[in-house]
Amino acid sequence: MTLDTTLDRAAAGSAKPAARVLAVDGLTKTFMMYHLDRRLPGFDDVSFTLAEGEFLLLSGENGAGKSTLLRTLFRTYVPNRGTALFHMSDGGTIDLARAADIDIVQLRKGEIGFVTQFLNARPRVSAEDLVAEPLVLAGRPFEAAREEARRLLGAFGLQPALFPAYPSTFSGGEQQKVNLARALIRPPRLLLLDEPTASLDRTARAALVDRLARMKAAGVAMIGVFHHPEDVAALVDRDVHLTRQKIRENADVAE
Amino acid sequence: MSLSALTAPWRAFNYGFLDESAKREIRRKTLKAIAVPGSQVPYASREVPMARGWGTGGLQVTLTLLKPSSVVKVIDQGADDSVNAASIRKFLRRVGAADETLDTTAATLIQSRHRIPEERLRDDQILVLQVPDPEPLRAVEPDISEARHMHADADYGLLWLKLYEQIVRSGRIMEGASYPSLVNARHVISPSPIPRWDVPKLHQADNLTILSAGREKRIYAVPPHTDVAPLVFDDIAFRVEDHAQITCQRSGVKGYFLNELPQAGGPSIHEMSDSHFATKHIQKREGEAVTFADTYYVNGSLSR
Amino acid sequence: MTARPMTVLPRLAPQLATAAPLLSMRGVAKRYGDVAALKGVDVTVQPGEVLGIVGESGSGKSTLLRAMNLEEVPDAGRYTLDIPAYREKDLFALDRYQRRMLRVREIGIVYQNPHAGLRMRHSSSGNVAERLVVSGERRFGELRRRAKDALIASDFPIARMDRPPVELSGGMQQRVQLAKAIALEPTLLLLDEPTTGLDVSVQALVLDTLKRLQRERQITMVLVSHDLGVIRTMADRVMVMRHGAVVEEGLADQVFQDPQHPYTQQLVHAKL
Repeated sequence: MTLDTTLDRAAAGSAKPAARVLAVDGLTKTFMMYHLDRRLPGFDDVSFTLAEGEFLLLSGENGAGKSTLLRTLFRTYVPNRGTALFHMSDGGTIDLARAADIDIVQLRKGEIGFVTQFLNARPRVSAEDLVAEPLVLAGRPFEAAREEARRLLGAFGLQPALFPAYPSTFSGGEQQKVNLARALIRPPRLLLLDEPTASLDRTARAALVDRLARMKAAGVAMIGVFHHPEDVAALVDRDVHLTRQKIRENADVAE
Repeated sequence: MSLSALTAPWRAFNYGFLDESAKREIRRKTLKAIAVPGSQVPYASREVPMARGWGTGGLQVTLTLLKPSSVVKVIDQGADDSVNAASIRKFLRRVGAADETLDTTAATLIQSRHRIPEERLRDDQILVLQVPDPEPLRAVEPDISEARHMHADADYGLLWLKLYEQIVRSGRIMEGASYPSLVNARHVISPSPIPRWDVPKLHQADNLTILSAGREKRIYAVPPHTDVAPLVFDDIAFRVEDHAQITCQRSGVKGYFLNELPQAGGPSIHEMSDSHFATKHIQKREGEAVTFADTYYVNGSLSR
Repeated sequence: MTARPMTVLPRLAPQLATAAPLLSMRGVAKRYGDVAALKGVDVTVQPGEVLGIVGESGSGKSTLLRAMNLEEVPDAGRYTLDIPAYREKDLFALDRYQRRMLRVREIGIVYQNPHAGLRMRHSSSGNVAERLVVSGERRFGELRRRAKDALIASDFPIARMDRPPVELSGGMQQRVQLAKAIALEPTLLLLDEPTTGLDVSVQALVLDTLKRLQRERQITMVLVSHDLGVIRTMADRVMVMRHGAVVEEGLADQVFQDPQHPYTQQLVHAKL
């Protein structure tokens, strides 16, 4: 796989050296499908670094492994080779490729966030409480967290009447707003974005871009996959281009 | 040497009816029962010339403790004069040459069915209670092996559950006789079917109480000066039968446990259950010299 | 030609976790005659975590759960819980009475079969109250209040609190079991196929209650199920068992989306 990293024109202007957040080196993921007796490539030998406040766009055709890379960094997938050294807020480092499961659980609670287009709604938890939860878990007083949740839900264009309702009954677009608000209410150190703009209306998309811009300004490092990269063009510092890899042994089995 | 020199002379039966090995076993098991208050000790219940269920457990203990100097009193549900009480008394005299009495204060050995006398027992008196069902867990745990595990663990949650449900369902505890009671803060016993009225008499008593079940082959004991606490919730007081203000028709005395005698047409009259205690009050009123001991209850309330 | 598996990177020892594991089992082995039900199983559960154990019947998952509940002492192995009075103590070495008291005070369990966990003919509230009594509560008013609280927390309709479980639906029976299990705020809550056999809609409601309790009280849970959907809904981490051994262990999303062991792949694909 070829990896093409180009500096974005916008980031080239400001030369202030920011603290390192992530250093990925030679990261490789291959899926072994035993029932098919086949190996399916994910991505191969990916290396890049990411600093505080940087926004990195993953580009490449379908099947190039963009989402796979995001999920591997979040450790939904376990890599086969390489390192992904994460620099934590407290200054320590940990290799996301090999960290213990319970450490990953710990990191997911505050340091690393993941936004997808799928909401994991829980019955009988109101939208505002679902969104406020990450703040409450972080120690924010309940009412203050709820207030912040309402503000953010409002920004995404959810009708106030729906704040105390259960999201399991919402439409897809409404659920996605709740999902985004929950994922973005508490800025992590590293935010992974997997096509978050899909199925969003214009208001919500604008709110999302605005939220991401604020987070970026606050130093959150981001790696994103976008169906319409023009939505976030103003935010992108760099572009990592993945190319689709040949499937070894029986190339007819595609993802 | 002749055969007759090696054998004891023929007798119709041994002193106290039971043979010596049977008595030795019961003595040992009784000692064990005293050593672990409230714990049920199995024993090889023997045949006595009486049907099981008529007090054979109590009788075997009485026969074992019997000696020629014993003065025995036999109570049947408070009364000395029932056929069963009279027969047992007569039997004890025949096989043990013991003196009989109806007076609680004069007795050294008291065998009783379902009552403890109203007069306070002394440390030189032994009370033997006949027990039909010694297992307090029987009603809640039919498996006897499991029940023994529960005793070993002091796991009496099910008994409490039973009391809890009675209060939930009826607003009060419905247990009447054989109210489950914790002995020495360790074992729960079924105190034979004595009324609730009699349960506090076991607590820190001066006398030894031995409980024996013939059919179920179990002996247990409440030694002198031992704690006996009926199972009660901290916020719901233990209540004895409401007899304190009712007068005995026979003796005119009130403040003791009574038998209710329904009359034709509806109303009931009441007579004192401890029959000879009532008799002594009548004798006293008629000028006879009678001896009273202190009573557990004074004016209908427990005295300590 | 057989494709050569590409091994994934081995995990490092934990370096961030600040709290000691709440539950730790090492080398737990148990035989029934010729059958090895458990072949040296290690388990670690962090405080507040939900560990899911999946496997088909005969995989040893239920035997493992019974060992966690100290119902059964295995042939070999060590078991510790991070509880003040028992820290560092091998719980398998406790005598029967100590095991029982520990179980009453620190471990709650919900069985698949309500008959295993409930007195079906006593009142529902009484089932909960019994556990409180055994722990030493002797005030009727308190028993009543605390039983009611536990039933409410388990989403049990309180108007029916004095009805016996035998008269209730399967879902309600599981709620009584749950109330009994959480009444004493246990250190560890064990769930043995808690929703198996319930209607799908009822199953979702019971899982919802479990999730809410987990969120509100941060109860540490070990959940055994052959139903991957249940595990996926509830668990943070998953252990996959087969023939008495752990074949795979990982984050729940990882085990379901990137299973490493051929058996886990088969299991996951069979259910998708």
